[in-house]
Amino acid sequence: MFTEFFYLLRAYGVPVTVTEWLTFMHALAAGLVEASLSDLYAVGRTVLVKSETFFDQYDQAFQHAFEGIETPQEIADQVWEWLQDPLALVGLSEEERRALLNELGEIDLDELRRRFTERLNEQTEAHHGGNYWVGTGGTSAFGHSGWHPGGIRVGGESRHRSAVKVAGERRYRGYRTDIEIGVRQFELALRRLRQLSTRNESRPDELDLDETIKSTADNGGVLSLEYRKSRRNNVRVALLMDVGGSMHPYVRLCSQLFTAVNRQSHFKDLRTFYFHNCVYDHLYLDTRLSLNSAVRTHRVLQELSSEYKLILVGDAAMAPSELTARYGIIWWGQENEEPGIEWLRRLRRHFDHAVWLNTIPAAEWDFTYGRHTIAKVRTVFPMYELTVDGLTQAVRTLMVRR
Amino acid sequence: MNDARTLSYAGTADYIASTDLMQAVNVAVALTRPLLIKGEPGTGKTMLAQSTARGLDLPFITWNIKSTTKAQDGLYVYDTVQRLYDGQFGDHDVADIGHYIKLGKLGEAFCSECRVVLLIDEIDKADLEFPNDLLWELDQMEFYIPETKQTIKAVHRPIVIITSNAEKELPDAFLRRCVFHFIEFPDPDMMRRIVKVHQPHLAEKLLEQALDAFYWLREVPGIQKKPSTSELIDWVQALAMGGVDPRQLRDRLPFLGVLLKKDKDVERALQVVGDGRRHGRH
Repeated sequence: MFTEFFYLLRAYGVPVTVTEWLTFMHALAAGLVEASLSDLYAVGRTVLVKSETFFDQYDQAFQHAFEGIETPQEIADQVWEWLQDPLALVGLSEEERRALLNELGEIDLDELRRRFTERLNEQTEAHHGGNYWVGTGGTSAFGHSGWHPGGIRVGGESRHRSAVKVAGERRYRGYRTDIEIGVRQFELALRRLRQLSTRNESRPDELDLDETIKSTADNGGVLSLEYRKSRRNNVRVALLMDVGGSMHPYVRLCSQLFTAVNRQSHFKDLRTFYFHNCVYDHLYLDTRLSLNSAVRTHRVLQELSSEYKLILVGDAAMAPSELTARYGIIWWGQENEEPGIEWLRRLRRHFDHAVWLNTIPAAEWDFTYGRHTIAKVRTVFPMYELTVDGLTQAVRTLMVRR
Repeated sequence: MNDARTLSYAGTADYIASTDLMQAVNVAVALTRPLLIKGEPGTGKTMLAQSTARGLDLPFITWNIKSTTKAQDGLYVYDTVQRLYDGQFGDHDVADIGHYIKLGKLGEAFCSECRVVLLIDEIDKADLEFPNDLLWELDQMEFYIPETKQTIKAVHRPIVIITSNAEKELPDAFLRRCVFHFIEFPDPDMMRRIVKVHQPHLAEKLLEQALDAFYWLREVPGIQKKPSTSELIDWVQALAMGGVDPRQLRDRLPFLGVLLKKDKDVERALQVVGDGRRHGRH
């Protein structure tokens, strides 16, 4: 019934490989899972999952696979089934299978069975013959204070709460990289936005040991020091952010993030501009879009060379007229001769690399308010959602050599 | 593998480990796989390794990784300069190259007469290629020294514990060979026990108030560097020595500099506390 755990894990997006599955079998064969679902959960996660960002997916797969499994006998049976043919599920050739099984070595099945039985008996006694050994919904006397949500042993009853239930709580949701974004993860993703180059204007300030030795030798053994330029990040970034309205919660976060990253990875240059909904004749230097902070977009384009990596952050959700109509600008007292979409195309043409980061999750792009303009903007810019995964992809796009 | 199974880690008196964590250690020990530990700074990753060594009563070797560390450094270093020097001055027999081979931490662990716990601390500090360069050595627990045509093979496979602060991603091939555990930030109950291990004679009232203030502070929006366990322990000690009235803790936040290390964070915390007072809390 749950022989498909391996496939389920993969289906939920946990990158499990045959090697790891085999290690899991090793662990079972070594008797590390003593017929308890909590053991199975913990040991499985330790061996099969290599990053906390996949814990949530693991929880889901585990819940899916083991929903309804309650008695230790059922668990023991499952472990048994696996060990009889540890690689039954995995599509391998006969040869590969034998090689891997060889590696797994002889499993002392009798010994293992003996230990299982022992353990089972022990549990049945300790639990006064209750129907369910693993307590769910409070049917077991040991159910509640058992498996603490924090994974902490509380007294001796720590193993008596359903691991499926624990998995069902999905405590690791916050660690997923495809949903939320945190400062630290953000820094990690943006750290890739780096192009180390020695072709910069800095002075030679690093001792070049190899050259020094060579030059000293050429010099008849008299020390002759050679220096070289140190490698610096050569990436320049132009950040254009949508402010106001729906974007409000993100603006401060974004500018903080980018400034922090800038401090850390030292972009050669970071220029930040703001706009509202769409870019027209003017960009703004402050988030209030005050008129005295306005700069002409043409001017900005003249100033910034095509080498700048353009990152637009915004929801791209607006009234269609704001994007496609002349004089479509939403602000009173301002007018645009050209529709916003023309301005966006102009930006795209100017910069070698450009991306649009959308604060609306990608899954909603086709349904949300503003789906028409989102679709339209996507014809101009490659669009990614503002999550760690989205950002990682965006950075990849920005770093492609043309 | 039989000798491995008899070793079982169950925490030590000075280190509180969760059941999950103990299980992870035992899985790593039984499978003789390196154990990769991740978690927020200050969750006791390094201390786990020390505690494992003590708990299993095994010698402990630490290899601290820096940004300049190369995989080779852990295996052995061939001290050519010393050999040249000796050759020139004729102090030693330079024919024996073995004399000038100095084992690194990994080499030391392999050559040890008994099983050891080897901590590779902060592996993510090193170059991206660093973990890949150690794949074979960690897998087979052996390496070859071309200079002396000698193979160093582990007498007893060491228990390898690797910590990472997730500053860099680790290569997949490396991850496949490890078992993994993520140490979560301790909840208040756990934290109470941890603090008590370090400060056994603390007044209950003070501890409660300090924990209360500590978790509240971690939730204050806009704090960049959240205080962690080690800072809490220092703070509690400062509070105990300073004779602070527990009731004033959350309103005054004395010795705040012990908890928060950035000027901006201190300002921010005081500002929020000030707002709270004005709005008549307490």
